[in-house]
Amino acid sequence: MAAIYSLYIINKSGGLIFYKDYGSAGRMDTNDSLRLASLWHSMHAISQQLSPVSGCSGIELLQADTFDLHCFQSLTGTKFFVVCEPGTLHMESLLKHIYELYTDYVLKNPFYEMEMPIRCELFDINLAQAVQKDRVALLGR
Amino acid sequence: MIGVGKIKQYTNVLDRPLSKGKQEVSLSAFAFLFSELVQYNQTQVDNIAELERRLEDAGYAVGARVLELLCHREKGNRRETRLLGILSFIHSTVWKVLFGKVADSLEKGTEHEDEYMISEKELLLNRFISIPKDMGAFNCGAFVAGIVKGVLDNAGFPAVVTAHFVPVDGQQRPRTTILIKFAEEVLQREARLG
Repeated sequence: MAAIYSLYIINKSGGLIFYKDYGSAGRMDTNDSLRLASLWHSMHAISQQLSPVSGCSGIELLQADTFDLHCFQSLTGTKFFVVCEPGTLHMESLLKHIYELYTDYVLKNPFYEMEMPIRCELFDINLAQAVQKDRVALLGR
Repeated sequence: MIGVGKIKQYTNVLDRPLSKGKQEVSLSAFAFLFSELVQYNQTQVDNIAELERRLEDAGYAVGARVLELLCHREKGNRRETRLLGILSFIHSTVWKVLFGKVADSLEKGTEHEDEYMISEKELLLNRFISIPKDMGAFNCGAFVAGIVKGVLDNAGFPAVVTAHFVPVDGQQRPRTTILIKFAEEVLQREARLG
């Protein structure tokens, strides 16, 4: 029933710095998730080059038969993307909110090293709350 | 912006009254500055106890200045001379000026006569900070402990002040307790004063 399958955060050079699985469907091992993250990083970059529109900022939404992939890129090149059930709404605002949590609980943490995997307790706690809230909102509809 | 729209303009900074001024600064700006302070000190030390000590030293200087300023601004140039007086001064006046709120609680230690504790459910300093597992019981509240020590020392109450995480039942996050252990002479003096 989970609307969100998984969440990824990749740094500006395409390395996976955060990965979280929410659904039971499409569970992946560490190697696969790393591969997928760098693959998405490259595809995102290529799409910017190939786009007929100038000033294109890359893929924001990828729709497939079995999932939607919403991507948000911050100004510094860090990419946040969620894989979710097709047709799930409000993913842009969720991604923005996750970005906010990242700037608060990861970047303001003196023990976090830039571009390295995120291991911050407070980020995990607040992220879990945000996703939970999103699910509750979904059930309420 | 000081003096804008006011009747009297002070050209010399020393002529200005020691007013309260703008009470708040950006929490983000502070968080980044503090984060940088911790990161810098981390490069200068090779163990956690040393890092704690350096943060405490940084706080000590703040405490000494805060005492001076608040005695003048809030107390009309009077300073607390009794133990409970200075503790409640820290708990309410100092805390309010530094963190915008009174500290959650001020308690007397149950085991020792010379111990007092100021507890805070979520210390402002620690709002964005997650301590990595390998750093054990380290608490960035050492900086606040330093502030408290600075105030106490300069008010004539020498004490050893430390910051600790204390787990709370039913809460995901531990609270921070600032443990104050007064020097023997302070308690003797208090006893004499009655």
